[in-house]
Amino acid sequence: MTTLTEAVRTPLTANRRYAAAITFCVLGLIDICLFGALAFAHSGDASFVLSQSGSGIHIPTIRVPAASACFALGGVTIGLGALRAVKELGQLGRRLTIAAVLLCLMLALLCWADAGVIALNVITIMQGTLTAAIPLILGALAGCLCERSGVINIAIEGQLLFGAFTAAIVASAFGGLWAGLVAGSLGGGLVGVLLAVFAISFLMDQIVLGVVLNVLALGMTDYLYDRLMATNPNYNTGVTFGNIKIPLLSDIPVIGPIFFDSTVFLYITYIALIVIQVALFHSRWGLRVRAVGEHPTAADTVGIRVLWTRYRNVILGGLLAGIGGAFLTIGSVGTFEPDISSGFGYIALAALIFGRWTPLGSLVAALLFGFCLELALVLPTVNPVLPPPIMNMAPYVATIIAVAGLVGRVRAPSADGKPYVKA
Amino acid sequence: MTEIPAAGAEPAPATGGSAAAEPSESAESPGPVRSRARLTGAVLIQAITQGSSAVITILAIFLALVVGGVLIVLSDPVVTRAWSSFFADPGYALAQTWDSLSFAYSQMFEGAILNPATISAAVHGGSIAAIFYPLSSTCAEATPLILTGLAVAIAFRAGLFNIGAAGQWVGGAIVATWLGFGVSLPPVIHIVVCVIGAFVGGAVIGWFVGLLKARTGAHEVIVTIMLNYVMYDLLSYLLSHPAMLQEPGQTNEIAPFVANDADLGHVGGPPPQAGVGFLIAVAAALAVAWLLSRTTTGFQFRTVGASPSAARTAGIKVERSWILVMLLAGGLAGLSAATVVQGTNTQLTFNSYGTYGPDGITVALLGRARPIGVVLAGLLFGALHVGGTYVEAATLGQVPADIVQVLEGLIVLFVAAPALIRAVFRLRATTGTGMEAVAKGWNG
Repeated sequence: MTTLTEAVRTPLTANRRYAAAITFCVLGLIDICLFGALAFAHSGDASFVLSQSGSGIHIPTIRVPAASACFALGGVTIGLGALRAVKELGQLGRRLTIAAVLLCLMLALLCWADAGVIALNVITIMQGTLTAAIPLILGALAGCLCERSGVINIAIEGQLLFGAFTAAIVASAFGGLWAGLVAGSLGGGLVGVLLAVFAISFLMDQIVLGVVLNVLALGMTDYLYDRLMATNPNYNTGVTFGNIKIPLLSDIPVIGPIFFDSTVFLYITYIALIVIQVALFHSRWGLRVRAVGEHPTAADTVGIRVLWTRYRNVILGGLLAGIGGAFLTIGSVGTFEPDISSGFGYIALAALIFGRWTPLGSLVAALLFGFCLELALVLPTVNPVLPPPIMNMAPYVATIIAVAGLVGRVRAPSADGKPYVKA
Repeated sequence: MTEIPAAGAEPAPATGGSAAAEPSESAESPGPVRSRARLTGAVLIQAITQGSSAVITILAIFLALVVGGVLIVLSDPVVTRAWSSFFADPGYALAQTWDSLSFAYSQMFEGAILNPATISAAVHGGSIAAIFYPLSSTCAEATPLILTGLAVAIAFRAGLFNIGAAGQWVGGAIVATWLGFGVSLPPVIHIVVCVIGAFVGGAVIGWFVGLLKARTGAHEVIVTIMLNYVMYDLLSYLLSHPAMLQEPGQTNEIAPFVANDADLGHVGGPPPQAGVGFLIAVAAALAVAWLLSRTTTGFQFRTVGASPSAARTAGIKVERSWILVMLLAGGLAGLSAATVVQGTNTQLTFNSYGTYGPDGITVALLGRARPIGVVLAGLLFGALHVGGTYVEAATLGQVPADIVQVLEGLIVLFVAAPALIRAVFRLRATTGTGMEAVAKGWNG
């Protein structure tokens, strides 16, 4: 065994400042040595298109020498790493440096991938990023509602999947897209109800419960797909929502087509994000929810109904994740396929933790994932040298680097996962 | 067993709620203990009325079969048509319901456990081995599930939630396949090298998770989920390049066959029957049981699982335990891959990883994170898988094999919620007989 002084020393997370600095330098070296050197071998310009064909205002295409740009971005990253190593930054400073470093990495990747080949349309990529992020943001918000009130939600995946199924079948069978949207929400809500009943009333282990609900949702949708949809195409017609252009706002160059020309799901996401962020941190309601999630006994003592708050939040979360699920079918591809959520719920969970259980933090993480998912789709078509499987790894590798190098130990709401039994 | 009062022992699983009233009376009147048999009876009655963990498990399986039965009946067009004219002919509706249910479940039983037809065939001079064919298939199907179940269970015991058995499985499969076709070695040595290679391949992935957790505090749930996807993509990449693992001349994502001298031998018969892999799985379970209950390392794992801070104060190196337990967990998942690529299907494809990882989680939960429990749970799920495939074929797709996945989810759901089972079957609540928390929240 060891001596007592060794035994009681704090875990190695105390050296977080240096861990971040080292991670920054490694990422900077990736910018220079990997992307920069590869781009140097190609020796071409990277060009980015910033306007869509047919829009009124034309913005000139941006051309940069790819290799030099990668070297410059890597230099900036290493500089930020040095800054982190020598100077203790405040919370805002730390977060800004992380954002800047990730942005540099993305830009270097883009410059390399686009060196000497056809121009990339930045607007299309940004649209794709936002679209890919919709189910992740909604899923993470659902998790946020649950976990801030003290119920761990691993079942986001199941809520997305069941929502996607009910949305597709109702929209197809009754021909109403809005009915499908409501049904998708209710489908996710149903999984939320199960989560609430078993976690809050039957005091079941919430991580186990989440995993089991995911298994159940997958099994149920596979079974119902085989029995209903596979034999009867009328139940899976593939109807989808069209884009809605917001008047005036959608005419702004660059920003307009990215943010204000999408399906209703994107606008629902905006509203949900803002409402939940404001409500959680700037309202009496949010204060109570957070009190229940941090210290339910104290909350109960001052008269907040703990179990009722948890039930309400878990079911609300399920309804929200169900909308995210509906997006997967009637918001994008239309038809339901078995396991259509394919791990989005787990990525949303990672985004929630990466974002430290806040809506805005989750948004940043979800956008990062969305960007990586979109790049994995777009880049192999632009530059055939890139093998798609390796590109598909990008979002997951980025998460591991982010969680291990930058976020480290996170602190969940104190009572998260602990059932409350009134003494 | 024959001396047990029948009222208490038998009807509890079958008739549920109504059975609870009678035995509770006999248990309430203590009376002098006259014989050993009487004592055993009293203990059994108490176990049933208060819901010991074994009773809870049996009731949970029964309840899952009931709920799954509702699903089978609801999606059978013949039965739903019969029920739509229920008031005209209630007997017909009930008969159809019973036929549909009993056919599905009896087919499942015949496919997975015992087919009476093979017994009568054996009596009339047929093959005796055919009687054991379903059981042997069940063992074969259970083999990888037991091993991934152990991979999740051993991590649970040290307080870690290993969702990454799938990625570790892929790591083991890649190494085993490469050693299996790319290296030529003498027969027995080749098998051993491949199995060890699979263990190492999985262990490296698990070790990495433990290392990140110990060094940076990165939560193992996120890291393992992300590594699963990374490993899937890596597998896809390796299987699409002939210079790596792809079979030359193929356009599909498929590897060459593992060499014959690296195949694990048969025990029950050729695949899909049980092979040496099943023996490996049972041996691994025994080894894990020994490790956890009889060694210092196992004691340290369990202490860290119970309370990392207490373990740290007692001088246990918590970080070292995390790394070591994840290494072993990864290795077990790698062994699971070895039993598949060297046993049941000797060619690695992109879809080979199947659902062994997620199933491992449910198996570990049903087995209450105990090695012997994991073996039993793995056998049950293996039987369900075999039965599901059999029933799908027997009903020409009327009952898809996916029903089994629903049943598995329901069983674990009910097992993990003893309070629900007690409420449904009106068992008396006691403390401490439920499922203890195996998984921990985010804050450890």
